[in-house]
Amino acid sequence: MIKVNLLNSNFRLNSLEKNKIKNQIKYYEDSRSVSIEALKIVQKERGWICDEAIFAISKLLGVSVVDIESVATFYNQIFRQPVGKNIIRYCDSIVCFINGYKDIQMLLENILAIKTGETTQDGMFTLLPTCCLGNCDQSPVLMINDDMHFCVTPKLIPNLLDSYK
Amino acid sequence: MKKILCTSETHPLTWWLGDNHNNTIWITEYRNKNGYKAAEKVCKNFNPIDVINIVKDSKLKGRGGAGFLTGNKWSLMPQYEKGVNRYLICNADEMEPGTYKDKFLMEHIPHQLIEGLLISSFALQVSRAYIFLRGEYVQAEKILNRAISEAKELGFLGKNIFGSKFTLDIVIHSGAGRYICGEETALINSLEGKRANPRYKPPFPAMVGLWGKPTCVNNVETLSNIPSIILNGVNWYKNLSKSNDTGTKLMGFSGRVKCPGLWELPFGITANELLHNYAQGMKKGLTLKAWLPGGAGTGFLTPEHLNVTMEFSSISNVGSRLGTGLAMAIDNTFSMVSIVLNLEKFFSRESCGLCTPCRDGLPWTVKILKMLEKKRGHENYITLLEELCNQLNTGRTFCAHAPGAVAPIKSAIKYFRSDFEAGLLKNKL
Ligand code: SF4
Ligand code: FES
Repeated sequence: MIKVNLLNSNFRLNSLEKNKIKNQIKYYEDSRSVSIEALKIVQKERGWICDEAIFAISKLLGVSVVDIESVATFYNQIFRQPVGKNIIRYCDSIVCFINGYKDIQMLLENILAIKTGETTQDGMFTLLPTCCLGNCDQSPVLMINDDMHFCVTPKLIPNLLDSYK
Repeated sequence: MKKILCTSETHPLTWWLGDNHNNTIWITEYRNKNGYKAAEKVCKNFNPIDVINIVKDSKLKGRGGAGFLTGNKWSLMPQYEKGVNRYLICNADEMEPGTYKDKFLMEHIPHQLIEGLLISSFALQVSRAYIFLRGEYVQAEKILNRAISEAKELGFLGKNIFGSKFTLDIVIHSGAGRYICGEETALINSLEGKRANPRYKPPFPAMVGLWGKPTCVNNVETLSNIPSIILNGVNWYKNLSKSNDTGTKLMGFSGRVKCPGLWELPFGITANELLHNYAQGMKKGLTLKAWLPGGAGTGFLTPEHLNVTMEFSSISNVGSRLGTGLAMAIDNTFSMVSIVLNLEKFFSRESCGLCTPCRDGLPWTVKILKMLEKKRGHENYITLLEELCNQLNTGRTFCAHAPGAVAPIKSAIKYFRSDFEAGLLKNKL
């Protein structure tokens, strides 16, 4: 049987989202350029991008739904499914590999009782890998939400996580 | 770290910071140290073509990795036509594993980049420039935003800059994370709100770029070089370097070295000096096994190559690339198989998926390397890897992503074949 997800017709972008998105249009020759920023704006408000949001952004920018969806699924920072309150990204690129990101990843997975790519049961944390965060001279590096943490050692992790609860 | 005296004459990119590498140079300090003097000179006394000629004469090469002559790239822009928009894009989508230089420049000396953009936009007769910034660079975004408003307040951006007819807006466009956005045509697609797939060249962006308009894309470090070239002249700039590549370059060494970091150095110093005098050599108990000269997409070199000079031609003469100039040390505790596996996982994850050899070939190399790491490789695996490297080489794929991705595999097999052989089933002890 084909499963059809019915869209929630009560979904509306709020005026803050709308204004922020519309505000961006003037910087570009074509409103399509705002698609990625629009997704980021809505995600900031709601944590992730649901189907309804794709439709709403498409309508607001006058860009086809397919085009918005194609961007939403292409870029790493856009989430098309619910995520935790805090996003933990560990750098898994070469210098952090040499400096032992794997120990950090393992410890995080153990403490949070999830695998990379998953969200904790209480919805507090989502764990993701990321490419080089541009601080290889202070590796290993973690990014939690917008904060960078350098020279991370396994010892520091429990306290670090507590500070985001 | 070696104590060095940093002056505007010897370290034009970073002297502003003195010994303190933790601060940001805001506008007052920047102006007190001759900041925006070059832009003023240009707006008041120069024609666009004069600036292009100076940059051409300076032989400045792009600092994004490919090393194309900036002046030549600028000359590709067509004649100015009234009513046709033209764009300059600063490529600040720094995401090359092992590279941390553009972030450094943006977070510490943002006005140098803005002044560079100002002068370059004047030369290219552009009235809107974009900074395509990597989405994760949140701190850089805050700093650039503040710096741009400082510059606007003093009339260095906006209309009639320095009393001239020149107008410029700078817009920060922050991305949403994909390595391929660093490729200039993919970056343009991304800025247009599309998937970051590269475009076919020709036409080059200079003819058909952003929204089909003439567009020039330059790296952060490249643009940051422009103000000092204008202020101090071409001869001075050329004399800075000990090699045919002119000027200075941000160089670094990371990995398990004693003092990983980033320094502004003249082209032509040896990798050995960089590793020993600046990064202080390997950590205690470790020896150097291999090194990458400038990012994940450059081929491995061995300790025997350390006497090679850090410049575009000499590194390519020994079969690698200078890339971004931020070198990385691999120590003797690692098998090259696991190092290469890490790199290929990255490249295969970041393939944009447009062309088949790259989309399918890179995950295949990952599979083979995983088996080798587990010491369960079949007899033909090394040959298979080599064959894949050929299939993914220059000319076989749509863009340079795949050829860059196989450079580390090829060089690792060349210099450390026994590491790979140790992964074969038949050699299992
Ligand atoms: S080589 Fe890779 S990154 Fe480049 S176009 Fe093909 S699939 Fe995309
Ligand atoms: S490799 Fe992890 S920050 Fe660069």
